[in-house]
Amino acid sequence: MIRPVSRLRFSLLPCLLAALACLPSAWAQSEPQPIPELSARVTDQAGVLSVQQESDLESALAAFEARKGVQIAVLTVATVAPEEIEQYAIRVVDAWKLGRKGIDDGALLLVAVEDRRVRIEVGRGLEGALTDLISNRIIDESIVPAFRSGDYPGGIALGVERMIQVADGEPLPEPQPSWNGEGGSSTGDLFGLLFILVFFVGAALRKLFGRFFGSLATGGLVGTVVWLAGSALIAAALAAFGAFFLTLVLGVIPASAFNTRGRRGRWDGGFGGGGFGGGGGFGGGFGGGGGGFGGGGASGRW
Amino acid sequence: MNSIFKRLIVASVVLASLALSGCGYNTIQEQDEAVKASWSEVVNQYQRRADLIPNLVRTVQGFAAQEEKVLVGVTEARARATSIQITPELVNDPAALERYQKVQGELTSALKTLLAISENYPQLKSDQNFRDLQAQLEGTENRIAVARNRYIASVQAYNGTIRRFPSNLTAMVFSYEVKPNFTVENEAAISAAPTVDFGTPAPAQ
Repeated sequence: MIRPVSRLRFSLLPCLLAALACLPSAWAQSEPQPIPELSARVTDQAGVLSVQQESDLESALAAFEARKGVQIAVLTVATVAPEEIEQYAIRVVDAWKLGRKGIDDGALLLVAVEDRRVRIEVGRGLEGALTDLISNRIIDESIVPAFRSGDYPGGIALGVERMIQVADGEPLPEPQPSWNGEGGSSTGDLFGLLFILVFFVGAALRKLFGRFFGSLATGGLVGTVVWLAGSALIAAALAAFGAFFLTLVLGVIPASAFNTRGRRGRWDGGFGGGGFGGGGGFGGGFGGGGGGFGGGGASGRW
Repeated sequence: MNSIFKRLIVASVVLASLALSGCGYNTIQEQDEAVKASWSEVVNQYQRRADLIPNLVRTVQGFAAQEEKVLVGVTEARARATSIQITPELVNDPAALERYQKVQGELTSALKTLLAISENYPQLKSDQNFRDLQAQLEGTENRIAVARNRYIASVQAYNGTIRRFPSNLTAMVFSYEVKPNFTVENEAAISAAPTVDFGTPAPAQ
């Protein structure tokens, strides 16, 4: 009885040692800087802005977004080492997804204080106005001189002001009164999946288990999918009930009676009360709209 | 009892086939398209760089005409880079991709030399036109880097799907093959020892 245990221990020991030996080398590698959570337009991690300056910038950028739809954000960090500022900047905008989806009208002003590096990262949709050249001029003429004299708030404010000015010249679609990021499309995908579940799987299950139990199984399946997709339990339950009811009703009607209008009517009936609503949203905070970046912009040092 | 059991089996088969409905097929399609799209972006950005070069060469020529060798080197490297016929098949042909990468790499190093010698001409350096071109070139090089990284990532994802079970079976049936990827651009430069030359006197200004 004792023997296998001790043998096991002996065979485990080298493994443990090997695992331990691997750990320091993993730690020794310098990790890239983490990307801060996007919760406001101005993220001052380096602490170079006063509260007043931060809120001034915030409101100027918010007003511009409300008027034009363009999302501009400011991020200050102490350092981007071991990466270059360009590499860090593209990681940030890939994570933040500034700008509206499909319009890609986002821009980021990134300042790495200790590295004495600054970068304007421009979304694809703004590249026409805020070209690499213009971005470079904004950095050279407005930001860098102020930074050289130690005036970080002034440089950032001036840079943002000029970015807004230039971006204003880009012809862009009107902003929507309140858009909800990418929420719409994923809900659409979910509806498509549920549609398939109810109509095809529902029909199959009905054939297998009979009308009532087949419908019950379909309802359960739909409920599970909705729940897994991240909806509240109550919404999932309602969706499940809707699907159950729908499958039950569809089972009575012969297949030839299907037509688009009738189907849609029933669909709405089944799901109307389901209420996918809520869906997360940004809760008053700030979030990227899903804009894409291609590495446009310019960097500078002071 | 027995019939219920049978029904359960049938049901689970139906469900399983639904779960595997893609069986990787749709994923392969999506990722194949993603590779194509990111490849176009790479080509696009390289083209953008090639378009900047004649202007840059002309500007440098105005201030540093004596650097003929470097200027001709850049022009020739550009000609070689733009002479390659870009076809969609390039992405699937390792040799062609490598050749494309090689000529673009040569152009990169020729441009580096050009920018390095421009440091010796203060008048050129302070010329607004030159500075603008330099900013555009820097921006384009960064776009190229971003586009290359995205291309590498998309090929990685695609190749992963092609090799992973069970989608590798789907790939085999529809004869999707592993795509070649970019390698480190300056592999040769990294492996070669740097040459330091203290012999040349600083050029006259």
